Amino acid sequence: MVDPLVVDLSRIQFAATAMYHFLFVPLTIGLSFIMAIMESVYVMTGRQVWRKATIFWGTLFGINFAMGVATGIVMEFQFGMNWSYYSHYVGDVFGAPLAMEGLMAFFLEATLIGLFFFGWDRLKPVTHLIVTWAVAFGANFSALWILVANGWMQNPVGARFNPDTMRMEITDFMEVVFNSVAQAKFVHTVSAGYVCGSVFVLGVSAFYLLRGRHIELAKRSIVVAASFGLASALSVVVLGDESGYVATEHQKMKIAAMEAMYHTEPAPAGLTLFAIPGADGRPEFEVKIPWVLGIITTRSFDRDLPGITELTEHAALRIANGIEAYKSLQAIKADPEDLVARAEFDKRQQDLGYALLVKKYRPDVENATGEEITQAALDTVPDVWPLFWSFRIMVACGLFFIGFFALWFYRSAVRKIEKPRWLLWVAVAALPLPWIAIELGWLVAEYGRQPWVVEGVLPTFYAASGLKVSDLVISLTFFVALYTALIVVELFLMVKTIKAGPSDRFSFGEPPPSAPVEPVTAVKAG
Amino acid sequence: MSSIPLDYEAVRLIWWALLGILLIGFAIMGGRDLGIGTLLPFVARTDEERRILLNLAGPTWEGNQVWLIVGGAAIFAAFPPLYAVSFSGFYVAMIAILLALILRPVGFKYRSKLADPRWRATWDWALFIGGFVPSLVFGVAVGNLFLGAPFRLDDTLRTTYEGNFFLLLTPFALLAGLVSLAMLVTQGATVIAARTEGEMAERARNYGRWAALATIVLFALGGVFALYVLNGYRVTSVQDVFGPSNPLNKTVVFEAGAWRANYGLFPWMFAIPLLSIVGSFIAWWGLGARARLAPILGSSVAIFGIITTAGLTLFPFLLPSSVDPNVSLTLWDSSSSHLTLFTMLVATAFFLPIILVYTAWVFRVMRGPVTAESVDKNPNAY
Repeated sequence: MVDPLVVDLSRIQFAATAMYHFLFVPLTIGLSFIMAIMESVYVMTGRQVWRKATIFWGTLFGINFAMGVATGIVMEFQFGMNWSYYSHYVGDVFGAPLAMEGLMAFFLEATLIGLFFFGWDRLKPVTHLIVTWAVAFGANFSALWILVANGWMQNPVGARFNPDTMRMEITDFMEVVFNSVAQAKFVHTVSAGYVCGSVFVLGVSAFYLLRGRHIELAKRSIVVAASFGLASALSVVVLGDESGYVATEHQKMKIAAMEAMYHTEPAPAGLTLFAIPGADGRPEFEVKIPWVLGIITTRSFDRDLPGITELTEHAALRIANGIEAYKSLQAIKADPEDLVARAEFDKRQQDLGYALLVKKYRPDVENATGEEITQAALDTVPDVWPLFWSFRIMVACGLFFIGFFALWFYRSAVRKIEKPRWLLWVAVAALPLPWIAIELGWLVAEYGRQPWVVEGVLPTFYAASGLKVSDLVISLTFFVALYTALIVVELFLMVKTIKAGPSDRFSFGEPPPSAPVEPVTAVKAG
Repeated sequence: MSSIPLDYEAVRLIWWALLGILLIGFAIMGGRDLGIGTLLPFVARTDEERRILLNLAGPTWEGNQVWLIVGGAAIFAAFPPLYAVSFSGFYVAMIAILLALILRPVGFKYRSKLADPRWRATWDWALFIGGFVPSLVFGVAVGNLFLGAPFRLDDTLRTTYEGNFFLLLTPFALLAGLVSLAMLVTQGATVIAARTEGEMAERARNYGRWAALATIVLFALGGVFALYVLNGYRVTSVQDVFGPSNPLNKTVVFEAGAWRANYGLFPWMFAIPLLSIVGSFIAWWGLGARARLAPILGSSVAIFGIITTAGLTLFPFLLPSSVDPNVSLTLWDSSSSHLTLFTMLVATAFFLPIILVYTAWVFRVMRGPVTAESVDKNPNAY
């Protein structure tokens, strides 16, 4: 067994590097589309302010993108480095979407990003616009494949365990790609990225209006951000709800934990607005909105939502069944020709992962006592209160964004953007909120999946590499130190670039100032 | 499974070749930028010269690096046991590579955002580390493939590793590291020589010629070492090339001359290392003759030859085990399932040509010399 301290440090390192990485990804996803929209307006109208806006937001995009690439490199390799048993056990399934991400998305995005920055005076405006859109689609396709991979960890469809290779193998590629959890997560996550980009553009533009600088650029940026943001904020919440809905099929435990729901709620279940935990960790006082949770999650009035206690009892049954599968697997290993054992194994293999939960207590799973099984079943309950509050803060942010963008959309429509000043201040103050909501969303998704790294298939503690504590101390120290230093530098450059404002020094490839401002055809490539 | 048009042996072999192609792709494309990073403090002396180099690499380095990212993902998707064993086994070496690679995107992007000389000097050294360390350590890692890594596999195929970082630094592995460094410095120098003007191009030619010579000498030395001095690994049982991917079902011996075995079976293989020496020689000669394209092509041929030589010599091994040779990873027993390999092959066959087309287009758009004026004209310049 891997040293529990190594497992904990590996988890902290993965969480840290992933959460650092995801500070930059959503802005890349969102800002790339906003830039593409602005540049489209430039190409269609020929008005230079749109081009100036595209270049300016592109500069900020670039500072952010560099950090996304820097922190992303680590993500690609650390499954093998820190989670080698995971990599062996599910690599046949999980590696494929990662490779697809590179082939279909990241190559496109990274190859063309250079032309976005360096191609302004080498490409026709329409060609440059196509490059910008390709970068935006590349960023979004990246998210698609990464979430196909992540969705499989939440809902491992289209694969089965092969006793001859001791790992999960793909049985149906399409099932993996069109996994309902993956699809819902994709739409939810990219929409969150669009919200992030919109809040960023709106907040920075509001700052300019408050200072009375770059008014034309700021007002136009706000119009784009408000419309794009409103659509995205609605999509995040509506399709976030969709994430909850599919979770009931596969992740009832996560829902129960998010809701601190210890016992089955009679249908339709109420949604807990907030709760105060008692001495035993269970909610002592709670405020509920009747019916809402049941309707959201089961899309019905008559289906029960199981509570933590009932789900734990069910887990104990699956562990017992999994132990039988484990015994058959041992028989197959002893004699690969044992067809009876193979048939037995096939019947119960969907519970094999549950048997592995017992590995925490004894290596010879087949001899597990009733007490150990009960203990392992209790391990299937994630930490309730961090999930409960993270989920609520995320949802509160999501609802705020709808109101916020609706208001700004209205102000843009009636052309009253510059006043009132307090609303501009709200926009500046709202800048950190998307990042808070997004990081908490990942916390709910990933911490809520514990103790599993792949739901029902592989427990986290069983998946780590057998590294030395000193290895982890070295790598964790260096990563945290380097990332933190780089984030300080990144924020410093962001603030500096924002304060400096859009550059007037972008005369390359433009018609001379005396020339009439004409659409596309008048602008020759340099 | 019978519905898959290519048999398991064929897709395993194709993926083994594809892995080589992706790694060669990275060494040729990403190697330009690694070499430029390593040469940055030496070839470019003034701030203006350094900006020229950064803007030479700037528009294309990100796409070039994706060859590495996809190479890593392809190892994961096509040879999961190799991904699991090598990256966890070479943990500290991987951390060194990653920390160095992290410095590159930010180095390129942030360096010229402030005029302060100390700021710029700091990033210049960060970019040097980002070029030098990976160039060296990748080679050290490949060298260790010949020596074998001290790992075991239990009956659940969980790996335990008995080595540490410093055990990787044997004389042969360091020699392989220097081969890698020299070949990537040559690659970087040929690009600098072709795309810049004046004194800097002269310095690049000079460094590039020495690096090309070093590549020839070190590679020849490494070849003699590997074939005639080192013990190698040989599979002694019959491997089922259609069988399930399980490295526990074979026997392997560690013996003198085993890395010569493939050359005995297929004497034509000697052509590959010779090709790489010819390539390096063309780079050396072309740089002296001030040719633009010949040195880049020569250096790229050398890279192709060197990596292919390593792959063919090790065949069918991917990563031998020095403490329990029987669990060594080979391409026949450490691949993904038949279905995954075939599906990913179809995807790669579809996307790789498209990638090559738009990459070629980007290079065409960005062609031509990079000069102080061209850098100054672009407000997005690095």
